[in-house]
Amino acid sequence: MSKLKIKGESLLLDALMKRIFFIAALFCTAILLSVIFVLFREGIPLLKSVTLKDFLFGIEWNPSGAEPRFGILALIAASIFTTLLACLIAVPLAIAVAVYNSEIARPSVKAILTPGIEIVSSVPPVILGFFGITLVAPFLQDVLHMRNGLNMFSAAILLAFIAIPSIASISEKAIAGVPSSLKEASYALGANRWQTIFHITVPTASPGICTAVFLGISRVAGETMVVLMVAGGAAALPESIFSSVRPLASAIVAEAAVSAVGTPRYYALFAIGIVLIIFTALFNMLADRLGGRYAAKPDRGA
Amino acid sequence: MMKRSTFSLRSDLVQILMMSLIRALAYAVVLSVLFVLGYIVVRGAGALISEFLFSAPQIDMNGGGIRPALIGSVCLIIGSSLISVPIGIVTALYLNEYASNRPLVSIVRAVIGHLAGFPSILFGLFGLALINLLLQPLFGFGPSIVAGSLTLGVMNIPFIIRVTEDSLMSVPCVRREASMALGATKWETICRIVIPDSLPGIVSGILFSMGRVAGEAAPIMFTAGVLNQRGFPGSVFDGVTALPYYLYEISTAAVQNQQSSNFQYGAAITLLMLVFLFNGAGIIVRNSLNKRLKK
Repeated sequence: MSKLKIKGESLLLDALMKRIFFIAALFCTAILLSVIFVLFREGIPLLKSVTLKDFLFGIEWNPSGAEPRFGILALIAASIFTTLLACLIAVPLAIAVAVYNSEIARPSVKAILTPGIEIVSSVPPVILGFFGITLVAPFLQDVLHMRNGLNMFSAAILLAFIAIPSIASISEKAIAGVPSSLKEASYALGANRWQTIFHITVPTASPGICTAVFLGISRVAGETMVVLMVAGGAAALPESIFSSVRPLASAIVAEAAVSAVGTPRYYALFAIGIVLIIFTALFNMLADRLGGRYAAKPDRGA
Repeated sequence: MMKRSTFSLRSDLVQILMMSLIRALAYAVVLSVLFVLGYIVVRGAGALISEFLFSAPQIDMNGGGIRPALIGSVCLIIGSSLISVPIGIVTALYLNEYASNRPLVSIVRAVIGHLAGFPSILFGLFGLALINLLLQPLFGFGPSIVAGSLTLGVMNIPFIIRVTEDSLMSVPCVRREASMALGATKWETICRIVIPDSLPGIVSGILFSMGRVAGEAAPIMFTAGVLNQRGFPGSVFDGVTALPYYLYEISTAAVQNQQSSNFQYGAAITLLMLVFLFNGAGIIVRNSLNKRLKK
């Protein structure tokens, strides 16, 4: 009898916990959905003062003028070119690191390099920004005789530092996931190590490597502190890779402190945020789609 | 025969060339990373004395230290974890243990997937809107420890859910089935089997999430940031500064002198060590789990 009673109590507790967990999960979903909802709710009112076309394709960004202008084409161009340039630097290097670590390095080197890559991917961007201000920009100015060291090029170099570890660690998992029977078959046919890497391993892992690259792009496109500190901040269409630029993310920070609530300028911050959401969602989706069989999930936030 | 050997000679040459190229690129990356870290460590190491870490800056920045920023960082790390850890773990448990394949689960997973890839600045904007729509009108406070912790906490929820789910999934189903077969309820199984088994994975995830919070500047700039704070925050409704934000401010300030550069390097190395501390601890906890699993 008493045993039955205990059983009854624990069943009751079980049913209760199930409800509690359900409600908590619902609550959590509500919070997360509210993040997206709030950003849209505060961003869309901008369309009362600017048309969508003028917002997206207007060249002039001058929210503080007597006649404020909210064209973000220059900011979008800055984001795209800075991200592209950073990836141009980062992707070959990251893939080289991944191939080296998974196919070439000795186990003892690998034992240091793998956690090393992970640790380096946690370096706060603000430290890279600081490094850019104190060392990279003065170097470009003094040694390469640039007018202003704070520009798209130096921002791209530092963004590459952020992209390399994350691209390398995900690519490496994809390369490690290539079945060894494929490689052995290649060796058995007389291919040497390089031929096997170039013709078998990397092509087989390429869906995973693409995932890594797109996640890297998404991360770099939304990165704020580095571009805020190093990209220069001029809200104009870039003329060359050495132009001072203001990518989307840094425009948000630059305006947030001085925008009064409820003004078009305030709504513009969130509207830029929406553009950023669309950019990153696009690349995250591409990363998911291309993932394929050998794609590895990133274990840490991208 | 002749042809065959020249062919193999050529491909050997290509192999040597390409392998050395990859080696060289990998070494170049490692060296430049070591250079960046080494530069900051060498320039900043001198600043790591207790006076710098545990005293307030003098008003003219001619001396003193970074205590307010360090305190702010600790407050925000603890505060945001109080929000993200319980909500994230409970949601992960629900998704992985209770939920059957219902529409809710697919929606939640999709939302988590998207938010996990959001740039942190978007959470800063969310926090700004949260202050203006909710906290200021209803409770009468603005940028503060609470607002900053809410922002960073919400930012970390998707991350905590993901790492928790990963470690829950690594618990073999036979363990759960054995427990249920012995008459334990689902809740008892979760408490006695699933959580203890996945604890190291969850703990390392929490440590990684703390490391993430410690390094973030963008989300707290308009939700927690007060710069000229000198003493201890009086309550959780007071603003604080935090190391990454502080480093940003002092390194982009218009007026610079010898002392301010000491402050910058000192703040940079302290921040770097704080972040590495959490991530290093997370890696150690996770690797100990992997070793246990291999046994």
